[in-house]
Amino acid sequence: MTSSVLLGAVAYDPKVVTIWDGFRAWFGERDLAFDYVLYSNYERQVQELAGGRIDVAWNSPLAWVRTRRMAPRARAVAMRDTDRDLSSVVVVRADSPATSVSDLAGATVGTGAVDSPQATLLPLRLLDGTDVRVHRFEVGVGLHGDHIGGERAAAEALRDGRVDAACMIDANHLLFAKEGVLPAGATRVIAQTSPYDHCNMSVVNADVDRFVELLLGMDYADPAVRPLLDLEGLTRWLPGRTSGYAQLEAAVDAVGFYSQGGEVTAAGYHV
Amino acid sequence: MDAGGHLLVARALAGVPAGARVRVVGTDPHLLVHLKAWGRAEGHTVAGDVVVRGTAPDQRLAGATRAGGPGVVDHPPRSWGLAARGSVVEAGGPDLPVVDLDRKAEVWTELAPKLYAQAAAGQWDPATAVDWSAPCDVPVEVEAAVVQVMTYLIENEQAALMVPARFLGRIHPHFREVVQFLATQIADEARHVEVFTRRAGRCGSQLGVSGSGGRASLQTLLDEPEWATASFLLSALGEGTFLSLLSFLEEWAPDPVTRQISRLALQDEARHVAFALGHIGEHLAAEPELRDRLRRAVLRRHDALLTTSGLAPAVHDALVVLAAGSWERDAIAAGWGRVQRLQADMDEGRRRRLVRLGFGEAEAAELSALHTRNFM
Repeated sequence: MTSSVLLGAVAYDPKVVTIWDGFRAWFGERDLAFDYVLYSNYERQVQELAGGRIDVAWNSPLAWVRTRRMAPRARAVAMRDTDRDLSSVVVVRADSPATSVSDLAGATVGTGAVDSPQATLLPLRLLDGTDVRVHRFEVGVGLHGDHIGGERAAAEALRDGRVDAACMIDANHLLFAKEGVLPAGATRVIAQTSPYDHCNMSVVNADVDRFVELLLGMDYADPAVRPLLDLEGLTRWLPGRTSGYAQLEAAVDAVGFYSQGGEVTAAGYHV
Repeated sequence: MDAGGHLLVARALAGVPAGARVRVVGTDPHLLVHLKAWGRAEGHTVAGDVVVRGTAPDQRLAGATRAGGPGVVDHPPRSWGLAARGSVVEAGGPDLPVVDLDRKAEVWTELAPKLYAQAAAGQWDPATAVDWSAPCDVPVEVEAAVVQVMTYLIENEQAALMVPARFLGRIHPHFREVVQFLATQIADEARHVEVFTRRAGRCGSQLGVSGSGGRASLQTLLDEPEWATASFLLSALGEGTFLSLLSFLEEWAPDPVTRQISRLALQDEARHVAFALGHIGEHLAAEPELRDRLRRAVLRRHDALLTTSGLAPAVHDALVVLAAGSWERDAIAAGWGRVQRLQADMDEGRRRRLVRLGFGEAEAAELSALHTRNFM
């Protein structure tokens, strides 16, 4: 077999084991010696990548931002088709008098956990300059919002009248309607971020060309790999790009989440 | 998009090739937000209100195969799993490893659809198909004989339920009418157990004796490892023998309840026998070597039961008393004669069914004679 690749992934859900066990077998059939390690949180994963103890990190966007600060030579080598051009929204109840974020002055806004890019860091930028009380739902801290529990809790709080507005990713506004958490017609979107990118396969020094080649070659028509792609939430892997992280970089700087050197400086963030 | 609108978009996209553009218009204020999120998850590219159809929907069905249909195929793959016959089976689902009975030759009969339809239509209700209000006016000693016969029938029907149940989950769902028929066969036996149990206890008696020889005989049915031989021993031979027994009970029943339940069980058992003769006959036509295994199954079972007592004397004597209708000497003599003729009828029926399966007359007589003395 060719030289090995060690990937780090965060265990945000039991399915992560199924996914990477499956991919590991698939890579092995194609002569790539692949293995993976699981972390309980992204901060340790980033440290391990920067320290050269793993070859590639399946990183959240926030983890990518920190990686780039700790290791400026880092590259985003691949990402899912579903990691490109996402947006977050600020949502109110349908009967709310608010029609724009400026109408939320004095209101309470529910967000995801402190480290959720899509449900906290990015949408709160839309509320810059508006005097709001932020109620964070600290579920799955350290998972950078992968566990949407905090987002769902914020949505439930909006539904139940405990907050005046809630922040969430666009796909979850649709999901919560299907789940009945926020029934169709019960809410209004009053603000939406510009498109941004999400997770990527981050690499610092390792040679992972064969790994990337195989990722990009995965075919949704292949019944052996399609269930894994479905579990991981994509129909194809795409080359990595870094053009979609400017908003998050700015959000990280605005709240002092990480220092320029990649230290964790966010207030109230402990993993 | 959050109230079913995605169905309309998906339908429009299904009608165009990958790369085609579909403009989505609507009045929902969240349309563009949801359209983008939905399209992203489905593998389409979305810019504003325009969706560029991706390839994922086509890729999902790449490699899909139709699971036969409308007729059955000779050897359905286990990868079709639980998929309905004739459906389009998306590749990548789980195999069904437990279905080792997956060859048409060994499980199918062209009679299966018709017999299943008859069975489904013939599921009588034990509560209403029998007049349980009939008085308990059978003489005490004859009632005891009826109860003993019922005791015997219950354990035999229990075995007749368990044997097909053992094999049911191993038959490939592609042969659904066979699976369905066996399900009705099991339900039939469940009803038989119920009505025989109810008849046994309806006049206040406790149940009779369960002979060790009878249970040993039934155990050999449960131990039979191969579907064809198990079905042959149970249904072609055993339940075939029971057709004569149930007919006998209907004729000589001392009360209307016994008569009714015997008739109802008889019509069910006739279906079971027809099914067994059907699938075994077609299996023999496809695989003549099966005949040797059937023959050896009879011999093996006979040898296994050599040291057992066979039909419990209590059961045999109960049949005599039941047929006699009383303990008067002449009645007992008549009853004895009727039971002798019953056994001759049973033998004749078995030989006829064996000949129908292609055994020669002489061999049919030999194999019939080796059939268990326990009837089933």
